Amino acid sequence: MKIQKLMATALTVAAIGVASISANAADTIKIGEINHYKRMAAFANPYKNGIELALEQINEAGGVLGKPLEFIYRDDQGKPGEAVKIAGELMTRDNTVMLTGTILSHVGLAISSYAAEKKYLYLASEPLADSLVWAKGNDYTFRLRASTYMQAAMLAEEAAKTDAKTYATIAPNYAYGKDAVAAFKTALLALKPDVEFVTEQWPALFKIDAGAEAQAIERAKPDAIYNVTFGGDLAKLVREGTTRGLFEGRHVYGLLTGEPEYLDPLKDEAPEGWVVTGYPWYDLTDKSNKDFVDAYQAKFDEGPKIGSLVGYMTAQSIAAGISKAGSTDTDAMVAAFKGLEVDTPVGQIMFRKQDHQSTMGAFVGTTALQDGKGVMVDWVYKNGADYLPSDEEVMKLRPASQ
Amino acid sequence: MNHILEVRNLSKSFHGLRAVHEVNFDVSEGELLALIGPNGAGKSTCFNMLMGQLKPTAGEVYFQGENLVGKYPRDIWRKGIGRTFQITATYSSMTVVENVQMALMSFHRRIYSMLPYAHKMYKKEALTFLEMVGLASQAERHCAILAYGDLKRLELAIALCHNPTLLLMDEPTAGMAPTERESVMQLTADIVREKNISVLFTEHDMDVVFGHAHRILVLNRGELIANGSVDDIRNNPVVQEVYLGGGNLFESDKAAS
Amino acid sequence: MELFFAQLLTGLANAATLFLVASGLSLIFGVTRIVNFAHGSFYMLGAFIGYSLMQVLPGMFGFWLSVLLAGLAVGVIGVIVEILVLRPVYKAPELFQLVATFGVILVIQDVALYLWGADDVLGPRAPGLKGIVRIMGEPVPKYDLALIAITPFFLFGLWYLISKTRIGILVRAATQDREMVGALGVNQAWLFTGVFFLGATLAGLGGAIQLPKGGADLLMDFNILAAIFVVVVIGGMGSLPGAYVAAALISILNVFGVTFLPQSTLVLMFVVMAVVLMIKPYGLFGREEVAGEHGQVGEPERPIKPAGLKVRLLVAAGLLLLALLPVFGSDFSQVLTSDVIIFCLFAASLHFILGLGGLVSFGHAAFFGGGAYVAALLVSHVDAPMEIAFLLAPIGAGFAAFIIGWLCMRLTGVYFAMLTLAFAQLIWSLVYQWGEFTGGDDGLVDIWPSAWLNGTTPYYYFTLVFGIGGILLLRHAAHSPFGYALRASRDSSRQAEATGINTKRIQWAAFTFAGSLAGLSGALFVFSKGSVFPTELEIARSFDALIVIFLGGVKTLSGAVVGGASLEYAKDFLTRFEYWRLTLGLIIIFVVIVAPEGISGTLRKVAERFGIIRQREGES
Repeated sequence: MKIQKLMATALTVAAIGVASISANAADTIKIGEINHYKRMAAFANPYKNGIELALEQINEAGGVLGKPLEFIYRDDQGKPGEAVKIAGELMTRDNTVMLTGTILSHVGLAISSYAAEKKYLYLASEPLADSLVWAKGNDYTFRLRASTYMQAAMLAEEAAKTDAKTYATIAPNYAYGKDAVAAFKTALLALKPDVEFVTEQWPALFKIDAGAEAQAIERAKPDAIYNVTFGGDLAKLVREGTTRGLFEGRHVYGLLTGEPEYLDPLKDEAPEGWVVTGYPWYDLTDKSNKDFVDAYQAKFDEGPKIGSLVGYMTAQSIAAGISKAGSTDTDAMVAAFKGLEVDTPVGQIMFRKQDHQSTMGAFVGTTALQDGKGVMVDWVYKNGADYLPSDEEVMKLRPASQ
Repeated sequence: MNHILEVRNLSKSFHGLRAVHEVNFDVSEGELLALIGPNGAGKSTCFNMLMGQLKPTAGEVYFQGENLVGKYPRDIWRKGIGRTFQITATYSSMTVVENVQMALMSFHRRIYSMLPYAHKMYKKEALTFLEMVGLASQAERHCAILAYGDLKRLELAIALCHNPTLLLMDEPTAGMAPTERESVMQLTADIVREKNISVLFTEHDMDVVFGHAHRILVLNRGELIANGSVDDIRNNPVVQEVYLGGGNLFESDKAAS
Repeated sequence: MELFFAQLLTGLANAATLFLVASGLSLIFGVTRIVNFAHGSFYMLGAFIGYSLMQVLPGMFGFWLSVLLAGLAVGVIGVIVEILVLRPVYKAPELFQLVATFGVILVIQDVALYLWGADDVLGPRAPGLKGIVRIMGEPVPKYDLALIAITPFFLFGLWYLISKTRIGILVRAATQDREMVGALGVNQAWLFTGVFFLGATLAGLGGAIQLPKGGADLLMDFNILAAIFVVVVIGGMGSLPGAYVAAALISILNVFGVTFLPQSTLVLMFVVMAVVLMIKPYGLFGREEVAGEHGQVGEPERPIKPAGLKVRLLVAAGLLLLALLPVFGSDFSQVLTSDVIIFCLFAASLHFILGLGGLVSFGHAAFFGGGAYVAALLVSHVDAPMEIAFLLAPIGAGFAAFIIGWLCMRLTGVYFAMLTLAFAQLIWSLVYQWGEFTGGDDGLVDIWPSAWLNGTTPYYYFTLVFGIGGILLLRHAAHSPFGYALRASRDSSRQAEATGINTKRIQWAAFTFAGSLAGLSGALFVFSKGSVFPTELEIARSFDALIVIFLGGVKTLSGAVVGGASLEYAKDFLTRFEYWRLTLGLIIIFVVIVAPEGISGTLRKVAERFGIIRQREGES
């Protein structure tokens, strides 16, 4: 019988907890940042770099409310339960004033629900799920990055310009993939009611059987293909599809495919002529974008990823929000975030009052090969505000606003 | 005398090989009946059919008039038949007395009970059984560290728990020193006489068999070739030939059959 | 028809990697009886090493040489792992080694991240085999054909090695009877090392040979794990032809599944596995396990006694301290302790069937997540009050355990474990894919307790009452006739059956009981976190509980609680650091080697040796 040992350990930990609270007397403004630093290292590291860059600049300029801004980074192992526990620890023990972070949507949803319950402010930086601000939206959660719906709608707009009639979709079989296909279908059918979706492929996430998928799509002989796969799945699909001639003579639309995180690993096998959303940092010339890219390259000696941009904008948004609120009181910050305008590398964005979604947009362009690597060409930056549903629709989608 | 066990035309074949063929015998009340035969004669197969571990190909086994064929070992046990194993089977993570208590809990149908403390249940009763087999002084010892002969005694105590009317003992003295064999067998004989339990046992050691059996059955190649008193069997030329002809004397051979 | 044939070829090509990796796992299990969780890590290393080699070795020759060298390199790594990590723990209780291999997984994950970086790498194409061949008009990649052609050579080569050479004969002998090999004068330790080398080499080859069809990434170790276990189990543990047939079967089924049941590819594999195991419990080519009496390898477990007065007073004092935690502890200390208690209850419920019953379940998360989902679904769909949902969660989980237990009870040992894994995965894939009802991987959120429990401290007390209550209930059950009957069934099913105990039914009842308590911990979990996701049903969840039981000590009643508390607190502390997986992995390996009887088993021994607790013969 060793239960007593458990108690002893618990008490020790508790004692440490009490001690550390007093040690943490705040002279900085602390932000709790929860992410899957190990599980999604390829995405989380550039994101963290982006935050670090922004913090450096913010603090050099005098910080926020006269205090330096500080992020406390914690790894949740990609587990929602852990993330919630850490969120609690950050807010109650580390004296952070608000929460941010996560890439995986389900972890974001878990923190969002927790934040609403405990009345903490949560800025969801990277998770894409539409439900985060709509079906499961709540008063304490804001989201920065352009959502699945917005990016899919941008691609649908491009697709509607072609004469393709039959579409195949391929998306990882989980919530993000399903949202992405549903949004694309809705948006495209609204623009072009006569298109037909001839097959839907749903490979398991990171377990794609690319040869079989390519055959299954080929079998349906579609005019165009809408791809939502990413990461290793995308690499396999591109390779098998290219080898088997799947993409020849077909329009292909790729959600996120143009993001450096996904395009770079493909090297000289990056697909050509796909219409994608992404981040053509190498091609940006306007001052605000260029300044960010240059500063990032100077600091980290590598090009920024989309995650870097989002991380940078996350820190910027938080700094702006707290400044506007004039305090770190949660209610004041929540009020400040509603309608908050932030100047960012991609221009001014605004956190909408009606659904807490920022108007950050996305770059849409065509993939091409340059110097043995995939890039986006003929890109345009599309403002997110133009791809969000009308206010009445948002009201319907978002029970929390009713 | 009443026959408490009647075995009729019991047969078992494995993939066409006849292991046991049309064996017939009875066990009378209070009788110590030995089942002997050379290795591979079918003794263990016979035993396992009686206890329900093997399903016979044909034949019946009547215990107090009720056919046992097709019943599970646990149900046969509940009818009042106890058994001990050739290779001891005890609960090695429990104390000696708990081994007996376990059987008593099962007998009293308390094994699904989750409220009482098991180590307190039927302890007195269990100790009397241990007393009976001479293990009382070791009651609180860990079963796993018991000597082999003591394990056999423990098995006997377990087998006596539900006041059986018939005891099946598969080589009760296998692997024991000769002196210990005698004492264990004598102990068994005393207990069953006192409680009026019938015993059917297999045995390799002919001293044990001739010293204690009331009657002897001889099995060879799956068939019953002799059935009679100790003297009958000792002088039976067919039996002698089977043992001598097979190169075996009436000596113990320790290999399992 | 043309497409059908082409799809068949795709399936066979996919089977190549699966076969190589799975045959290695199968060999290792067959000879050493080690369930090598780290096999996926060997596969991942094969891919990364092969990739690195291909960068420096050019041309067709260089490509194949890289594949070969990657295999051998991983083989050497396997040998290092075997000698350093596994050899010291062969004498430990059955399946204990899997904890060590789990530590190896963690170490390799961080080492690979350090060496190759976080980015996915795309495998180079095989020189000379880049294009396609048209077969009946359908495009078939040349490399696919190469894989289809090569695999039979591997199969034949392995078959020759195993059935025609002296080494092979020894390996086969060892598969059937390990003592016999020792009697033949063969150094068993080196035979095991050799088999580990072969098995790891095959995994490495599998990783390298799939590069042209994909690449290498840091998630591939876990991603292939479920599939290779399925292949090994369907084929039959230790059977090479079985591994090949099963790999081909799974791959081909998958290809057609992609075409005809695109939504259900996840479920398909586990349905096949469950069906095969129910019809042929030992796999297609497996021999029946000569099941020893399980759970009794090494030193036999000691008798148990309810705690004496002194210990009870200590526990009472401890509970009092826990009850006072909100007075002197921070909010977070309450949250952390709640988490630990919930996890300990989950682990203790598995320990009940594993430790006392000898039933190793690899799918216990089904009941933890099951309980959490029952509660969450009730709240989400029928707006059930929290109290009702909380009450029904253990009942629902118990019912699931009742059904799954009934289906699995016919098997024993590792096969039982695998079938529980299959059903747990089935439940997971159902929850994952049935988005309309379960929310899919977006889960169910906003599952918060009623107003009277709202807030950290009230819910902490709630967790304390039900969590500690559940643990004490399990403990008491261990001392009850039911717990004794369960141990009796494990110690000697022969004797138990011969004395009126229906061992299968006892085990089934215990499985159901443990399932419902896991469900209770799941219900406590969901209301403390406010949300539930399919991650709570994952294999990793089941393994968490399994690991802490062995870490704590499978043969002690307190093992699950001690192990659970230690690991949870250690994780909470370590995840604050950069290379926490490496550190945690090394700590686990260290504990496994110095304390093969688990933390509490070893503490007990040490305490006895130094006279801190009195050694009573035959008691603990």
